Amino acid sequence: MTDKLVQPFSQKRTAELAENLSAGGEVKGRSLWADARRRFVANRAAMASVVVLVLIFAFSLFGDHVTQFDNETIDWDVMGSVKELGAPSLTNGHWFGFDESGRDLYARVVQGSRISLSVGLVGAFIAVMVGTLYGSVAGFVGGRVDGVMMRLVDIFMSIPYMFVLILLLVVFGRSISMLFVGIGLTAWLDMSRIVRGQTLSLKNREFVEAAVAIGVPTHRIILRHIVPNLLGVVVVYATLLVPQMILTESFISFLGLGVQEPDTSWGALISEGVKSMNYGTLWQLAFPLCFFVITIFCFFFIGDGLRDALDPKDR
Amino acid sequence: MTEQSPLLTVRDLKVWFDVKRPGAMPWTPVDKLKAVDGVSFDLKPGETLGIVGESGCGKSTLARAVMRMVPTEAGQALWLGQDLLEMSKREMRAHRKEMQMIFQDPLASLDPRMTIGQIVAEPLKTHFPGLSTPEVKDHVREVLDRVGILPNMINRYPHEFSGGQCQRIGIARALIVKPRLIICDEPVSALDVSIQAQVINLLMELQEELGLSLIFIAHDLSVVKHISDRVMVLYLGNVAEISEASQLYRSPGHPYTEALISAVPIPDPQAEREKEVMLLDRDLPSPLNPPSGCVFRTRCPIAEERCGQSRPPLKDLGKGQQVACHLR
Repeated sequence: MTDKLVQPFSQKRTAELAENLSAGGEVKGRSLWADARRRFVANRAAMASVVVLVLIFAFSLFGDHVTQFDNETIDWDVMGSVKELGAPSLTNGHWFGFDESGRDLYARVVQGSRISLSVGLVGAFIAVMVGTLYGSVAGFVGGRVDGVMMRLVDIFMSIPYMFVLILLLVVFGRSISMLFVGIGLTAWLDMSRIVRGQTLSLKNREFVEAAVAIGVPTHRIILRHIVPNLLGVVVVYATLLVPQMILTESFISFLGLGVQEPDTSWGALISEGVKSMNYGTLWQLAFPLCFFVITIFCFFFIGDGLRDALDPKDR
Repeated sequence: MTEQSPLLTVRDLKVWFDVKRPGAMPWTPVDKLKAVDGVSFDLKPGETLGIVGESGCGKSTLARAVMRMVPTEAGQALWLGQDLLEMSKREMRAHRKEMQMIFQDPLASLDPRMTIGQIVAEPLKTHFPGLSTPEVKDHVREVLDRVGILPNMINRYPHEFSGGQCQRIGIARALIVKPRLIICDEPVSALDVSIQAQVINLLMELQEELGLSLIFIAHDLSVVKHISDRVMVLYLGNVAEISEASQLYRSPGHPYTEALISAVPIPDPQAEREKEVMLLDRDLPSPLNPPSGCVFRTRCPIAEERCGQSRPPLKDLGKGQQVACHLR
């Protein structure tokens, strides 16, 4: 009976397989990545977060095409009496209302999302690239090189980075590029430590020994054997790094040192919203805050999902 | 048998590791762990040399030292007259295609993120970078077919194969550059007995077909007996005995070899029960602080006073048997 039940399905598959084999076709393998993808897709919270995050990215990229207002024009009528005239409204097209200076808040949030997300992504990207290469070289080469490289990291880490970041912004002027440099300078340190630890454990695995015995040059071993096997950990850490970058940028902007007018970011918008909270214009705080919190939650859920999907203990 | 010039000549090879004492200051001298302490042997073309000994006696370290995977303290490893240990990294890389290695854990020795096609192709791509992709693929298919893996599996990943299949893939990877020597580091100890036989028979077939030399490391004496022409018994980084395989099993020269052979299980419950095992007293001494003179004397049933005074040289007992013992 069971035979009958599975037959329609298995017959087709078997026939396909047989044809494949007889034609000398190659059987496709299922990589560890494919396995992880399957587990990730099965994780509802993570998939929902991916969807929400995609929407937020779409919002930041194309949101300004939807509205008729731009982020610069000041509505002089509203400016003095934002509380009375500037509330969110569906009828006049100012969906998120106005900010304190009479600009359309929706357009401002789009602009802020762009900057916040790009700071997060670029910062995490720099951290991942530098940290992965630095850590894997230190771990794989080992010995004195490792000692020097990691002591250097220790020294950098012992300097309070917020202090350095603030100093940089004060000394070299407040600009987005300086913010990128400042965040990038510090964010790779943790990454390199994590990667080095992973490399040390990978280095003694037999497949790396096998590559050494074959005579594969060191840089190829690092790039072809070490890094792909590290990638699971790196990807998980990177997804947790993005919100951390966004938080850092927001904090700096909240302090007033980061992004400067007329540019804005979630942190800067939240900061403005907080300042005008007392006047009863709560929407100025609520909208940027919502985006900020939702994005960070999404990244955390995705990070969790990735970790579950890539966890070697599940294999 | 005519004397052929040896493929590999190892002379007085020493591998010492630095071991820091716990809590030592940076300037205190480190302890030396003598993993391999003065091993010499020859390997002729087409010959199989078995290396046996208990865990920690330096079998794997010896193999890795010859492959230049661990730094050596002293000695020579001559490959057709050229010292491998003196070579620059570049020269050594060129020689690596002549000697390949098979590892103990079949699955762990294959990169989990690569398809077996990529894994098997790696030595070829490393040593013959000029080959075009279809040529590489043809070679890979050919060699996989030879070791009994269906060539249409090349896009599969190592975790989709069984242990025996993985070991065949490991063998394919070693064979693809047509080496003259394959060092097998306990290639079957992680496999089931029935699979062990298949893998060993495959190795023996390949050896006959291609005229390979093998260095076969194992702790299972019956496996070594099956495959080896000569057997080297290591004890605490020292050679206890080197002799023709049949001679070694018929009349072991060194008391340690005797003890090892007496411990081989017999696949017959009756005989196994009645067999007399020569048990050795005490544990293996630490290679950090090996006994003076003959390293085996602390556990040797026939040790005398002079065993503690000088290290016994390898003595030729005839019939291709060399033994390092004062009393034989």
